[in-house]
Amino acid sequence: MCGQCGCGGGAAPEVGATAATPIDAPEATRQLTLQRRLLERNDLQAAANRSHFEQHGLLALNLLSAPGSGKTALLEQLAARWPHPPVGVIVGDLATDNDARRLQAAGARAVQIRTGDLCHLEAHLVERAFAQLDSRGMELLVIENVGNLVCPTGFDLGEHLRLAVLSVTEGEDKPLKYPALFRSADAVLLNKIDLAEAVAFRRDEALANLATIAPAARLFEVSARSGTGLVELIGWLEQQRSQRGLQARAHAHG
Amino acid sequence: MHELALMEELRRLAVQEARAQGASRIHRLRLRIGSQAGVDPEALRQAFAVVMGASDPQGQPEDAELCGRPIALDLDVVPTVCFCPDCAQEFHPADVIHACPRCGALASRILRGRELELVGLEVS
Repeated sequence: MCGQCGCGGGAAPEVGATAATPIDAPEATRQLTLQRRLLERNDLQAAANRSHFEQHGLLALNLLSAPGSGKTALLEQLAARWPHPPVGVIVGDLATDNDARRLQAAGARAVQIRTGDLCHLEAHLVERAFAQLDSRGMELLVIENVGNLVCPTGFDLGEHLRLAVLSVTEGEDKPLKYPALFRSADAVLLNKIDLAEAVAFRRDEALANLATIAPAARLFEVSARSGTGLVELIGWLEQQRSQRGLQARAHAHG
Repeated sequence: MHELALMEELRRLAVQEARAQGASRIHRLRLRIGSQAGVDPEALRQAFAVVMGASDPQGQPEDAELCGRPIALDLDVVPTVCFCPDCAQEFHPADVIHACPRCGALASRILRGRELELVGLEVS
């Protein structure tokens, strides 16, 4: 046997390697009935992350979008305008530390996760990155996911809120093309709103699409360039913090 | 290709369960996937072939024996079922827009369709 298909060719299986597998007769098999969720391990880690963030008094956000929708530029604005800096950022990217350096320049404390060939962040990667972040005096932690509208959807990272970014240059029907991601969002940031006219963005159509896919999501029309809508977004995030009774810790806890 | 990450987790769970049952070989795996779970069955099958064909660098030597020969993969796709709180009734949405067929309300909960579960193993 070749060790692959029982064809009778190739190397013989190592004798004595397995306990008792008859070589010629078809093997008697048995059925095991199970119920194991593939995301069980990730979800457990995510729950641990969430409670860890709460112990540090942090509101944690998972920021999701397609590549190029302006996540990092938005975060630069948020970091510069958040009333009680610094904002913490864990940023996932396939390669390079460019984003982390940009965010540090804007006043954020940023840690980069280079995911290599992984197209989404997972809870254990966030746990490891968070350990490198000095969270003293911090109120807000933003996890900037890998730019991708499919793969990150199913992976809870331990965030309190999911924010999906959709820029006006991407087209009005994006929510219909990627319903699962937009449906999972607590808020949608319609970014580059300052370019809406220049790209003939059909706002009503985009809002109608969002309303059908994610009727409960809060909508913020923002511009990372002009700062439009940032005040409203920050006000909402502060409200979310106080609703959860989160208070920043001056010192690292044990 | 987050399917690859999911199939790596599947292999880990399958090996764990098979070993707990004293099995020496996995013949068949049954996976339940919801139509809202964000996985593409074809991509899942390709990722499955890659993950099961490779030796797991973190795995124990006996993993190779459990997974060394071709393993069949059965996929049970679970259709989406939503619940309309206003009408207090379940419904199957017609497309990506989850509108209640009776009242047209959009804010329905998803009851089924997000599953990603290993539900059966055939071993010897």
